[in-house]
Amino acid sequence: MQVTSSVRDPLVTGGKTIHDVTVDIARHVEAKPNKTWGIGMAISLVVLLIGAYALYMTLWHGIGMWGLQKTVGWAWDITNFVWWVGIGHAGTLISAVLLLFRQKWRTSINRASEAMTIFAVICAALFPIVHMGRPWLGFYWALPLPNAFGSLWVNFNSPLLWDVFAISTYFSVSLLFWYIGLVPDFATIRDRATNKISKLIYGGLSLGWVGGARAWMRYEAVSLILAGLATPLVLSVHTIVSFDFATSVIPGWHTTIFPPYFVAGAIFSGFAMVLTLMLVTRKVYKLEDYITINHIELMNIVIIITGSIVGIAYITEFFIAWYSGVEAEQYAFINRATGPYWWAYWSMMTCNVISPQLFWFKKIRTSIAATFILSIIVNIGMWFERFVIIVTSLHRDYLPSSWSMFEPTIYDIGVYLFTFGFFFTAFLAFAKFFPVINMAEVKAVLKSTSEKVSK
Amino acid sequence: MKKTQKQYWKGLEQLSNDPEFVKHADNEFPEYLPLNSNKESGEGGTSRRDFLKMMGFSIAAASLAACEAPIRNAIPYLNKPVDVDPGIPNYYASTYTNGGDYGSIIVKTREGRPIKIDGNPDSPISQGGVSSQIEASVLGLYDTHRLRGPQKVEGGNATKTTWEELDKAVMAGFDQISAAGGQIAVVSQTVMSPSTMKALGEFMAKYPTAKHVMYDASSAHGMLKANQDSFGKAALPSYDFSKANVIVSFGADFLGTWLSPVEFTKQYSKTRKVTPEKPDMSRHFQFETNMSLTGSNADYRTPIKPSEQGAAVIALYNMVTGSSLPGAKADVAFLKKAADELKKAKGKGLVVAGSNDPAIQTLINGINAALGNYGTTIDMNSTANYRKGDDAALDSFVKDLNAGTVKGVVFFNCNPAYDTRHGAQITAGLAKAQVSVSTSLVLDETAAGCQYVAPDHHYLEAWGDAEPKAGHLSLQQPAISPLFKTREAQMSFLTWAGAEVEDYYSYVKANWKANYFGQQSEEADFARFWDSSLYKGFLQLPAAEAGDIAFGGNANAAASSIAKNYKAASGLELAIYEKVGIGKGDQANNPWLQEMPDPVTKATWDNYVTISLSTASELGIEMKEGNTMMLKLTANGQTVEVPAMVQPGQANGTVGIALGYGRKNAGKVGNEVGVNAFPMLAALNGATSFVALSGVSVEKTGVAYKVARTQTHQTYMGRENVIQEALLGEYKKNHSAGSNKVKIHTYSGEHKDAQDISLWNGHDYPDHHWGMVIDMNSCTGCGACTVACQVENNIPVVGKQEVLNRREMHWIRIDRYYSSQEPEEGAGMIDSLLTMEKAAENPEVTFQPIMCQQCNNAPCETVCPVAATTHSTEGLNQMTYNRCIGTRYCANNCPYKVRRFNWFKYHDNSWFDKNSAMNSDLGKMVLNPDVTVRARGVMEKCTFCVQRIQLGKLTAKKDGRRTNDSDVNSACASACPADAITFGDLKDSNSEIFKLLDVKEDKHGVVKVGNERAYHVLEELNVRPNVFYLRKIRNKDGAEA
Repeated sequence: MQVTSSVRDPLVTGGKTIHDVTVDIARHVEAKPNKTWGIGMAISLVVLLIGAYALYMTLWHGIGMWGLQKTVGWAWDITNFVWWVGIGHAGTLISAVLLLFRQKWRTSINRASEAMTIFAVICAALFPIVHMGRPWLGFYWALPLPNAFGSLWVNFNSPLLWDVFAISTYFSVSLLFWYIGLVPDFATIRDRATNKISKLIYGGLSLGWVGGARAWMRYEAVSLILAGLATPLVLSVHTIVSFDFATSVIPGWHTTIFPPYFVAGAIFSGFAMVLTLMLVTRKVYKLEDYITINHIELMNIVIIITGSIVGIAYITEFFIAWYSGVEAEQYAFINRATGPYWWAYWSMMTCNVISPQLFWFKKIRTSIAATFILSIIVNIGMWFERFVIIVTSLHRDYLPSSWSMFEPTIYDIGVYLFTFGFFFTAFLAFAKFFPVINMAEVKAVLKSTSEKVSK
Repeated sequence: MKKTQKQYWKGLEQLSNDPEFVKHADNEFPEYLPLNSNKESGEGGTSRRDFLKMMGFSIAAASLAACEAPIRNAIPYLNKPVDVDPGIPNYYASTYTNGGDYGSIIVKTREGRPIKIDGNPDSPISQGGVSSQIEASVLGLYDTHRLRGPQKVEGGNATKTTWEELDKAVMAGFDQISAAGGQIAVVSQTVMSPSTMKALGEFMAKYPTAKHVMYDASSAHGMLKANQDSFGKAALPSYDFSKANVIVSFGADFLGTWLSPVEFTKQYSKTRKVTPEKPDMSRHFQFETNMSLTGSNADYRTPIKPSEQGAAVIALYNMVTGSSLPGAKADVAFLKKAADELKKAKGKGLVVAGSNDPAIQTLINGINAALGNYGTTIDMNSTANYRKGDDAALDSFVKDLNAGTVKGVVFFNCNPAYDTRHGAQITAGLAKAQVSVSTSLVLDETAAGCQYVAPDHHYLEAWGDAEPKAGHLSLQQPAISPLFKTREAQMSFLTWAGAEVEDYYSYVKANWKANYFGQQSEEADFARFWDSSLYKGFLQLPAAEAGDIAFGGNANAAASSIAKNYKAASGLELAIYEKVGIGKGDQANNPWLQEMPDPVTKATWDNYVTISLSTASELGIEMKEGNTMMLKLTANGQTVEVPAMVQPGQANGTVGIALGYGRKNAGKVGNEVGVNAFPMLAALNGATSFVALSGVSVEKTGVAYKVARTQTHQTYMGRENVIQEALLGEYKKNHSAGSNKVKIHTYSGEHKDAQDISLWNGHDYPDHHWGMVIDMNSCTGCGACTVACQVENNIPVVGKQEVLNRREMHWIRIDRYYSSQEPEEGAGMIDSLLTMEKAAENPEVTFQPIMCQQCNNAPCETVCPVAATTHSTEGLNQMTYNRCIGTRYCANNCPYKVRRFNWFKYHDNSWFDKNSAMNSDLGKMVLNPDVTVRARGVMEKCTFCVQRIQLGKLTAKKDGRRTNDSDVNSACASACPADAITFGDLKDSNSEIFKLLDVKEDKHGVVKVGNERAYHVLEELNVRPNVFYLRKIRNKDGAEA
C-alpha cells in the first residue's frame, strides 16, 4: 500500500516494491524497442544526416558558408554553444547540488538529466571546434601541450582558453559521475540478462559490481566526493563562459553582472530541457509513478526562481547602461530593444521573463501540458537571450561605419540541426540501452514511500 | 681484490651442455627467432607473414608519398644579373599614360617582376601621388585576358597569326586604299607622347590619305574650344590650386576624375593643412548635381540641376565683372558669398567648371580673367596636354565610316566602340572598312569588330615618352621583358610606314637626342643626359617666355547660347559622371578597382542611378543595408535597368549615372558588371554633353536588388569620440576646438584622462615606436591608399557576393559619414537616435581612413587563446598567421572592426576566380613575395607594412645608422596624393611624425603630444592606439549650412 505522510508527498507513487522498480525500469532495456522509439530514432537520424551535410560543407569549404562577417564574427555558432552548455547545467545541479542538500526527489530524474548533460556538453563542444577557421590545428593548439614550436604556450589571459579548461573539466566530472551512478544498475541488468551478449556487455560495464556492503559504502563516498567536486563546477562553467563576453570591450558584452546572470540562465534552461525530455520519457515509458507531478512542480519552482533572476538581470543591465552615461553602452541597449533586432529581444523577454511567471499558478505548474509547452518556450527564449547578447551587441558597436546586419545561411541552421540530431539520437540510444532511472537510488527512497518495502 | 672462482651459467642448458644450446650459443639472441625460421628450415623465400608485412609497408609508403605536396620548381639564375639580387627590390622611374591620364611613377620590381607602383616624389606634376587607377594598373600586365600575340579576327573570334602575316596583310590593304585615294583613319584617345606623334607622322607620310582622329572618352572639347575662342590657344591651361585661397567649382570633380586629379589633389591639400603657425586654409565652394568626391570635400556645397549650371555661371560672371548678362540665376545658395570672396581674393582665386559646353567654359575663362587669376592660379603658357580630343573630328569619322568613305582604320589603344556615344555606329560601320586593325592589348569591343589585332605591349613592358605639359617631358621605360609576343603599337605604325627602325627604344632615344637634348643645359653629354632623364623619369625644360594672356571671348554670345540650350524642363535631369575607381571603364577587368569602394557611395562592383532623398521617397525607395530596387532609366532614347542608389546631396529633380560599366569584352572580371551609360551621352553646342536636360525618366520595376556596399550606415550618430571637427574660426581661437575629451571620475574624486588609468603596466619601446597620423582635413577620401595597400599586402578580392556578405578584405578603409538630419526639438531619446540614422538632404561629409590602430593596450591581444596576435617591441600589434586558429574573438573584440578573416580559401579556388591576382600563374606574378598569402581560416589586418619596416631597418643597419623617415614608409602613406597620412617613428625626434604631433612624452605606450588637434578615435576606451587623427576643420563662417 501507498504510505502517506502528513508532511511530505510520496516520492514514488503506486505502492511499488523493490522488485517492481527493477522490472519497471529494466524492462525497457531488455525488451525490443517499441514503435514510438523507432519513429523517434528515425527522425533523429534523418536530422543528424541533414546536419552532417551542413557540417561537411562547413568543414570542407570554410566557415564562410555561414552568415558571419567582418562585424559579426560570432553568431549562431557561439549562441548554440552557450545554449547547449547552459542546458548541460541541470544534470550536475540535480545530481550534485541536490545530493549535497539531500533532496531525495532527485533520484528519479538524475540519471536522465545527467545523460542530457553529457550529450548537451558534447553538442556544445562541437561549436568551439567547428567555428574555428582552422579546426584541424585549433583542436590541439588550444591545449597547453608541450610542443616543438620553440615551446609556444597558449595565452593564459584568454577567456577562450579558460573555456577549454572549464568545459573539459565539466565534461569529465559529469561523465564520471554519471558512470559511477550507472554501475550498480548495470550489474542489475547483467544479473537479469538472459542472452550472452547482454550479459557480456553489461557485465563489462558494471565493472564486476557485486553489491557488497563495502562496495555500497564506497559508492556512496565516491558519489559524495564527486558531488563536492561538481558543485563548484555548476557555478564555474557558465561563469567562465560569460567571461568570454564580460572581459571584452564591446558594449553589451562588457558587463560585470554576467557571471551570476549566466549561471541562473543556465539552470533555467537546463531545468526546462530536463522537463521537456522527462515528460516525454515518462509518458512513453509509463514512468508516471516515478516521475510524479510533485517532481514536475518542484522543477517548475526552480524555473520560476531562475527565470526571475534572469529577468532582474535584464532590467539591471538597462539600468546600468543608463547610469553609466556611456554613449555606446546606452545605444547598445536601446538598440537591443528598439533596433532592427527588436523582435529577438522581445522574444527573449516574453519567453524568459513573462512566461515562467505563469508558474506562480499552481494549476499551471502542476499541468503536464502547460509545463511541456512552457519548458520549450523557455528554451526558445534562452536561445534568443544568447543571440541577443552576441549578435545585437556586435552588429552595432562603436564605429557606425561598420554596423551591419547578420543573416544566417542554411549552413548555420544545418549545423545547429546536426547537434539536435546528435542529441536526440544519443538520448534515444541512452533510453533504450541504459536504465533511464537510477534503480538503486530509487530503491533507497522507496522505504519512506511504500509499505510493501520492509523497514 | 680476491679473484673469484665463481661461474655463472645462463641456464641449466649451459651447465648440461645441451646440444640445442651449443648450437645457438654464439648468436646474439640464442633463443628461437621466428624471422629466421624459414631459412633455418631450408624452405627459402619469404613467408606469408613477411609478404604481408612488406606489402603493408609498401602500400603505406606509397600512399604517404602520394600525399606529398606537388613539386614546384624554382629556377635559379644560371648567371646572376648584376643588378638583380633575390629579395632586394629594384625601382625604375617610368610614366603611366592612359589616354590623357598621366602619372609619373616608380615601378617596384622583384626578381624581374613589376609588383607595385609608387608615385615619383620628384615629379613636379604628381609630386609622389598616385591614384587608385595608377596603383591598380600593374595588375593589367598580368591579365590572363591579354592577347598573347597578333590575331586575325573573324566574327569577334580571334585566331593566332604571325606578325609577318599581319604586317603583310595590313600594308597590302593600306597600299591599296591609299592608291585608290581612300581614307585611312588612325583613331586614338589623347596622345601625349611626342615620339608616338612622330611615329604616327611617319605612318601618315607613307599613306597620305591617312588622318589622325583624337578623341577623349571624358572629353574636354568644350574647354579646348573655349580657350581657342578666349585666348587663341586650343589647349588646357595648367592649374595651381595650391595658390588659390578661394576655389569655386561648377561640377568639376577635380579631386576625383577631372583632368589630372592626382596633381590637383596634391595642390589642393596644401591649402587644407591647418597648423597653429598657419591657421588658414582655402575656402572651397562647389555647385554640382551629383555628390562628387570634390563636392564632399567642399566647405560650401550647393546642389544645382544641370540646367541651372549655365545660369549660375552667368550669375557669377555678372557679380564678378559687374556686367549684366541676361539669364542669370540669382538665388543659388552661397553663390553671392562665393562671388564676394573671389573678389576679395583677386589673383588668389580659382573658378573651374566640369561642363563640356564651350559657352560655359568661355564664361569661366571670363570670370578667371576678370579676377586676375591667369598668371597666378592658372597658367595658359605652360599648357597641359591631358585632353586634346576633338569631338567634332570623331563625329565626322563616325559619319565617314558609316558612309563607307573611311576604308582603312587603325584603333590605336582605344575602344570607341564602347567608350563613346557612337559605340553602336562604330561597331556597325566597321564592317564597311576594308582594313581594320586595333592595337588593343585585349580583344575589347572595338578590337572584336576589327579584322586584325596587333596587340601593343603593356606600358610596363614598353619604352615610350609623354609630354604632359608643354616643356615637361616624361620617360617611360620597361620594367620587364614583354611577357607575350606583342609589339609596341608605335613599332607597328613604323613597320607599316616602312621606316627603317631598329627598335622603338632607339627611336625614342633618337627623338630625344634630336629634340630635347639641345634644349637643356644641365648635361653636356647625351649619354649622361639620357641616363639622368631615365633615372629621374622626367625632364623639365626651361620655361618658355610668358606671353600676355588677354581674355578675348565673347561673353554675350556665350550667355545667349546658354539661354538657348539650357531651358529648364519640368522633368528629371541626368548628370553622367565617372567613378574614381573605374573611370572610363578601360580597367574594368581589374578586380582591385571593381572592389574598391566608391569614395562617396561606398558601393563596389556596380553602377547605379543616384537619386535624391526626395525622388527616393516619391518612388517609395528606402535603402536599408544594400537593399534597393531596380529602376528603368530612360535618357537620350536609351533605356536601361539599373539599381537605385539613394544619394544624399543629389540635387532634387536630378539623377546621376556612372560611365565605365557594362563592358562586354573586358574579361571575366569586368564583363557584364553594371550597365553602359555611354549611349546616354548626347551632343550639346558641338561637344559631347555629360548631362541630359530632358527626356529623362525613371520608372519603378518592382524588382528588388542588392548593391554591394562596404558601409551601409551613413551617419556617425553624433558620436564625437569617433568624428571630431571644428570650424576654422573656432580653431583660430582655440586649437583644441571640437575636442571631446572624456574624463573618468575616480574614487578619489579626481577626474582623470582615460589613458592615465590602467590595469596594465604598459609596454616600453626601447628603440622604435611606430605611429601614424591621419589629417582628416587633408584626406579627400579618394581611396588610393586602399588599392595601394591591396597591392602591397596581397589582399584578396572577394567578389560582389562576398562584399554583400560584408566580408571585403581591405586592410585600410575610408569611412565616409554624412551629417545627420536634425532631431526635432523635444524628441525622445529613441526618436532622436532614429532621426540621426538618416543622412541630411545635403549633408556635410567627413572621411576617416581606418586601419588597425596598433593599440598599445590591444583588446585583440589578450583574447587570442593561442597568442597568435602579440605586441612587438616597436609598438606594433603583430599577427602571426601560421599560429592563428581562427576563433575570430580578436575581431569581435576590436572596437575599430579592422580585422579581416579569411572565410574561404581565396587563392587557387574557382569560387573566387575574380580574384585574378591569386588564381592563375600569370596573375600570381603580381604578388608581393615579402607578404604571405593567407590561408583559409586565419585572421589578418593592417601590419603598418611591417615588411617595409624590416627592409628599412636592414638598410639602415647596413649603413650603420638609425632608421629614419627616408627608410620606411607605409604603402598607404606613400600613395596618398593628399599627404594626409604620416607614418614614422615616434621615438625619433627628427621624424616628421614626431614634429607634426609635437611628441612630449612616450612612456609605457602612452604618447603625450603637444598638437592640440590630435585625438584618438574612441580615446576613452584606453586602448591607446598608435594612430592619431587630426580633427577636421571646416572653413565655414558659422552655422549657415
